[in-house]
Amino acid sequence: MIGMLSHPFMQHAFIAGTAVALAAGLVGYFLVLRAQVFTGDALSHVAFTGALAALAAGLDAKIGLYAFSIVVAVALGVLGRRGRPDDVVIGSVFAWILGLGVFLLTLYATTRSGSGDGRAGVTVLFGSILGLSRDSALLTAVIALVICAILLAIARPLLFASIDEAVAAARHVPVRLLGYGFLALTGATAAESTQVVGALLILGLLAAPAGAAMQLTARPLVAMGLSAGIAVASVWIGLTVAFHASWMPPSFTILAVATSSYLVATVARRRPARPFAGRPGRSPADTGSRGAETLRR
Amino acid sequence: MTAAFSWNLINDIRDMWSLPFMVNAFRAGTIVAVLAGPVGWFMVLRAQTFAGHTLALVGLPGASAAVWLGISSLAGYFAFALAAALLIAALPAGANRGHSNESAAVGTVQAFALATGMLFITLYGGFSGATNALLFGTFLGITSTQVAVLTGCAAAVLAVLAALGRPLLFASIDPDVAGARGVPVRGLSLAFLLLLAMTTAEVSQITGALLIFALLVLPAATAQRLTARPAFGLALAVAFGLAVVWTSLFAGYYSPYPIGFWTTTIGFALYAAASGVRPLATHLPRRLDPVRTPA
Repeated sequence: MIGMLSHPFMQHAFIAGTAVALAAGLVGYFLVLRAQVFTGDALSHVAFTGALAALAAGLDAKIGLYAFSIVVAVALGVLGRRGRPDDVVIGSVFAWILGLGVFLLTLYATTRSGSGDGRAGVTVLFGSILGLSRDSALLTAVIALVICAILLAIARPLLFASIDEAVAAARHVPVRLLGYGFLALTGATAAESTQVVGALLILGLLAAPAGAAMQLTARPLVAMGLSAGIAVASVWIGLTVAFHASWMPPSFTILAVATSSYLVATVARRRPARPFAGRPGRSPADTGSRGAETLRR
Repeated sequence: MTAAFSWNLINDIRDMWSLPFMVNAFRAGTIVAVLAGPVGWFMVLRAQTFAGHTLALVGLPGASAAVWLGISSLAGYFAFALAAALLIAALPAGANRGHSNESAAVGTVQAFALATGMLFITLYGGFSGATNALLFGTFLGITSTQVAVLTGCAAAVLAVLAALGRPLLFASIDPDVAGARGVPVRGLSLAFLLLLAMTTAEVSQITGALLIFALLVLPAATAQRLTARPAFGLALAVAFGLAVVWTSLFAGYYSPYPIGFWTTTIGFALYAAASGVRPLATHLPRRLDPVRTPA
């Protein structure tokens, strides 16, 4: 353990990884609670296009990542209703954004240096946690902590708005504004995690720890803490395993730990017979208001 | 793909079709569009876009595992997609679409599948060019054998879908009433996921795991924006799919930019245009007006 941490690149990986995991765990809890995991998925792909756009324009990939992810996150909210995009809107928008990503990849590969082959795309897609410099690790950590702080500051009203939108609106909670704010935070988190686990794999850090935490407890604060804890543990264990078994990429080991935690939580959970659980399905008409339904069961 | 474009379209097409790979691309694209239209229409109707996307991405570990093991990538695509469909159906609350548990489960399956794909790629050792092909498709590298296999699979999927069509429509629109009338809602849900998996496994080989969405979601979503009538909507979805594929192959041939880019852009343009038209038309009663609690 000590030997592992004496390498600067492992220190950077641990600093950035821990901070990103904290943010992803907290944001992921609300994503799962609001049944917006698909949004997180879409935004992670958006991050890919944003990074490529910046690379193609010759800018720093980070600028493209953050700007593009946050703008698209809010735009998705605007296209949906009440700051909650529906899945057809998400699917359509991000299918196109992926196409743009491919376009930019071609543009980058043909206009930039001759060595700019598929590698740039693959790195953006799958992350390079072991290749972070000290500065970018610290920057990542600071941004992640800012995301956590903002999220914790709006946690109470956001929780209210997520669990019962109608009542929250009646009590003058700014439901729509919170929805946009949360989407922007999700965009920022997706942009951040891209550097750590890559655009394609962010979803694991967003969905698996939060899903596991919600299987284990129904109490919001405990679940938030648990979700962040599982995410951080996944990163730590994943990095340690990847360091000792170097044939496995760190993105894989981190997600393998997160996925196993979800599976263990699912198996471990006693499933009492809930009124809704036995029902064969719900009408598609309900899906729009599913977030509010979730805890009403 | 450096041929000069002239405004004489007949000549252009003749020129393009003198190349066997372009003819194969048009054949495969046509089959894919005809297949993806109806399957995508049901997927959009059932609000299973996220599951569809996940099944599509599962093609990546499938194909990379096949490359690593040295077996046919077709087997890899199908094995992994069908396994993922069963997993999604088996996970808790799998039948209760839209519940947060499910979205976490689907998300976890997807992320883990991608991570596995990454592992296989690393194990195989650096085929980043091939990785891009897996992700973004090889529209222009299709052989005649692949076209034949594609036709067979597409016919099988469409036949099953046609057989299940009526009960599946009922179960998709109102699962509770359908269940009460003795329609096997759970079984249909599983069957549809398997069909979706087969479709994505097939389409992935053509469009790549990432761009499958352009063909599954966009034509179907466009059709559903325009009409609520099932038969008309299905026909429209197929028509839009064909239009998107043909135009993008044409554009891809005469421009230096990838076909995937054209497919998604044209598809999205149609969708955006339909969304603009929709406020003029009558509203869809079910799909587009979710039951909302009043503010």
